[in-house]
Amino acid sequence: MQKKILISDPTLRDGNHAIRHQLTLNQIEAYALSAEKARIDILEVGHGNGLGASSSLLGHAQASDIEMLEAARKHCRNTKLGIHFIPGLGKNADLDIAIEIGVDVFRIASHCTEANTTRRYIEKVKSKELAAYGVLMMSHMADAETLCEQAMLMEAYGADGLVLMDSAGFSTPDLVRQKVTYLKSRLGVDIGFHAHNNLGLAIANSLAAIECGATVIDGCSKGFGAGAGNTQLETLVAVLERQKYPINTSFKLIVGLTRTAEELITKDNPNITCAHIASGLYGLFSGYVPHIERIAKKLAVDQFELCERLAARQLIAGQEDIILEEAFRLAEMRGGTEKKALAMGHA
Amino acid sequence: MNAEYGKSRVAIIGTGRVGTDLLFKTLSSCYVEPVAFVGRNRNSEGLSIARDLGIEVSSDGIDFLRENADSFDYLFDATSADSHRLNNIVFQQIQKFIIDLTPARLGHFCVPSINLRESARHSNVNMITCGGQAALPLAHALRQSTSDIEYLEIVSSISSRSAGIATRENIDEYLTTTETSLIRFSGTKRAKAILNINPAYPDVCMQTTVYAYAIFGDFEKIAACVSAMEKAVKRYVPGYEIVLPPVLDKDRITLSLTVHGRGDFLPKYAGNLDIINCAAVAVAEYKHQADSRTEVQFAKENIDQRSYSA
Repeated sequence: MQKKILISDPTLRDGNHAIRHQLTLNQIEAYALSAEKARIDILEVGHGNGLGASSSLLGHAQASDIEMLEAARKHCRNTKLGIHFIPGLGKNADLDIAIEIGVDVFRIASHCTEANTTRRYIEKVKSKELAAYGVLMMSHMADAETLCEQAMLMEAYGADGLVLMDSAGFSTPDLVRQKVTYLKSRLGVDIGFHAHNNLGLAIANSLAAIECGATVIDGCSKGFGAGAGNTQLETLVAVLERQKYPINTSFKLIVGLTRTAEELITKDNPNITCAHIASGLYGLFSGYVPHIERIAKKLAVDQFELCERLAARQLIAGQEDIILEEAFRLAEMRGGTEKKALAMGHA
Repeated sequence: MNAEYGKSRVAIIGTGRVGTDLLFKTLSSCYVEPVAFVGRNRNSEGLSIARDLGIEVSSDGIDFLRENADSFDYLFDATSADSHRLNNIVFQQIQKFIIDLTPARLGHFCVPSINLRESARHSNVNMITCGGQAALPLAHALRQSTSDIEYLEIVSSISSRSAGIATRENIDEYLTTTETSLIRFSGTKRAKAILNINPAYPDVCMQTTVYAYAIFGDFEKIAACVSAMEKAVKRYVPGYEIVLPPVLDKDRITLSLTVHGRGDFLPKYAGNLDIINCAAVAVAEYKHQADSRTEVQFAKENIDQRSYSA
């Protein structure tokens, strides 16, 4: 029998990328209330890059982790409150705060080949008898076998589920099928999938993952998320309903949530721009796009040439600092005057 | 001190990759020489390399050092923070000058280009973290060239193959120790450290970016202080290089550096391990010079801390 598909909604986390991490507490409260009414299974909240990630590197968030989580916690009863956590960006102390506030689902993430950085954190969450998912980010950068080895480490640490993230929106349905099928046959825990729509394939990829056995699917209202956005939640729910997959929410319920999002949050809704397509094509982390656009403009270098050079360096999420260094190098080669102004302290 | 060569004798405890690289670095030093290489695993690769080099080795760990305390002058601890806390009890008994490469934070925080002279007066010197050794000289340069640092952040990316299991399991200690040192050395109100582990092949070199919100009058002074500091660090870390000079971006001072390792034992991309070892050897060499000369000679020969500092 088909297992129920759990809907994990990171609108209030991944969506923060779309507005430079400026979600307000009012927006969070209103959306959390609507998510509860729409019977969303898991609502993820926080800075775009997760707990403790507010920084000069990635952007300073409008509200603190504590404020954001407390605001959402007030309205989540049946809907579980989730967080994203990347060791190296966040610290143990950040995790303690989330545990204290009463977060239900901890998604402990690493770059897709570095799962052993998550051991201490997954074990900590499990020792408190809370739900922990292992998350492999930028999963397009490793083959099925490598992903499986890494996933099995997380499973051994005690993870209740394993989420593959297509963080650059690079994947096509055939790649997703291959990877999810491989993991499904070798792991005992639930498998989740998190898509980005940089190549317009988020729904197709999510559906492919479900067909191969994934049972936790991420979707954001209006697709509100990094890059060209994530899987559009209301579309996902509509498709799942028609395909008769068992879910706790329904298209009817989702309409109210979409309305809240439209009214309060997603005015700057991401659409698929050429910059997003480039991110998907080159396999660059979706969260890089606004940084690349800003810096390329500032230093008067070609945005796509910059993308190409960054891709050649095989960067992972969290290396946003390299964008400025590489752009500066490029500007130097092109003899631009803009970089001189920057180096002289003129903003 | 070994009278014959006029070098101070050093022992190294911890025979992993960091310890083995230290062995090679001390072997090529003009001021110190390795006389004992000590671990706990009889079959470790490091011990067999040291044995082949003709260095006295032991797998009796701290017990060997206790029993042979007369055979060496200084001691490098390249074990782990937990081991160092235990080892330090014995170290205090045998009264040796300790250079600690673990993030145990028991000793005096030392960055050779900032506080070498002062550090050599302490009995236990802590080398902080690789990110600390890379960024603190620049934080110091910013302190010299600005009036008030409001916020300081450092982001380091290191190669996956240079990050052993201890590094991976102790990321939290790395972050908190680095943040503590940033606050202590720069006087900033708030600090944040970030670590990325990148699996790219060919391996990435260690790269660190510093972001600072600070009040300053003259941006050229910042650039000049950073450039002087780069030269100072290069004297003991040859592969230290500014790759993004200070720029003002989004109202914050931003600059980046890379560290190419010397490739003594560790591969060249492992600049993160190289920099802390280079700094540790610089401390031992300075200590040797301080111990073997009178104050007057010291001043006359002009080999005091100025040889490293900006």
